[in-house]
Amino acid sequence: MQECTAVRSCNLGIKTLYFSMDTTELIRIGVYGTSILLILIGLYAVLTKRSLIKIIIGLSIIDGGIHLLLIGIGYIKNGTAPIFSPGSENAVARMVDPVPQALVLTAIVIGFGVTAVALSLVIRLYRHHNTLKIDEIKNLKW
Amino acid sequence: MKKAIVIFLLAVFGFFLAVTFLDPEFEIDRNRNGVKNVYLEKTVSELGTANTVTAIVVNFRGFDTLGEVTVLFLAATALGSILFKKRHHIGDRTVLIPASSIVSAGAKLIFPAIILLGAYVFIHGHLTPGGGFQGGTIIATGFLLMLIAYRDFSISHNILSVIESFAGIGFVVFGLLGFMNGGTFLQNFMGTGVLNDLISGGVIPIIYILVGFKVAAELTGLIYTILHEKG
Repeated sequence: MQECTAVRSCNLGIKTLYFSMDTTELIRIGVYGTSILLILIGLYAVLTKRSLIKIIIGLSIIDGGIHLLLIGIGYIKNGTAPIFSPGSENAVARMVDPVPQALVLTAIVIGFGVTAVALSLVIRLYRHHNTLKIDEIKNLKW
Repeated sequence: MKKAIVIFLLAVFGFFLAVTFLDPEFEIDRNRNGVKNVYLEKTVSELGTANTVTAIVVNFRGFDTLGEVTVLFLAATALGSILFKKRHHIGDRTVLIPASSIVSAGAKLIFPAIILLGAYVFIHGHLTPGGGFQGGTIIATGFLLMLIAYRDFSISHNILSVIESFAGIGFVVFGLLGFMNGGTFLQNFMGTGVLNDLISGGVIPIIYILVGFKVAAELTGLIYTILHEKG
């Protein structure tokens, strides 16, 4: 069987492609695929659902997808955590990128704040209109 | 019809995302030109901190973290002001239903352990995965459990704001102390110690502990406000 590391560089059948791929390659594609799928599911919920709670759940799902995508970008082959704990001081070359992880830490906290404020607005709207359906809240139209 | 249009647009969007990220070329020299190696090198040589992510969050990008903590504070304030109502007990309905005895007995048992775990996570933030934000969130979940298990469990908002304010002020003070010791804002002016000791990394663990207190107080206040919202 011919050497084949990158997916695109070989014109084998799909089955041989599957078996000749690295496991890390598969994991990488799985992680990117999952995160893109999560972003799309969240966007679908935000665009089509009528219930305010479901829209906020959709926003949280988009958040999760983006976090997974950023963490996935930082991954390198056979990588370890970017922590110099005893025993792994010399593994600098194998350490994954710490910058996206710090970024995602920030993003999670901000996402939490956004969700909390959005939920409080929903509570207020519910108390005022007694419904969570956005098409029944007529005052929103301008 | 509307759903069909949405699905079509999402399919186009997803196709372009997939083309961008599933491309093997995307992998190749992303790690060579980044800022990663500088951070990994300076974390040990200049800061003496084991956890690179903590070093970035608290020291290299410490000013951004101050902004982040401010955003969290702003979210808590906005939530309080949106849900604020003058005390009239006309519609005294609350979302809390009484918890079963299993929950309330178990909550009492597990609550100190949760607090201890949270404190461990933010005290060891510069050595192991974790830190102020994570530990603070764990502590807030402990309070959430108690609030669910006991309807009359009450937390004083005044104490929470005192903890929060002092932690926030402490962050800024430790940032300003960097100026006084001949450096910049949030300069690591204390000795870094031995790598992987509990007391190492200079000012980083102190700031992360303060962040832990602040996040714990803020999130607890947030949960308390939402749970005890009365219509």
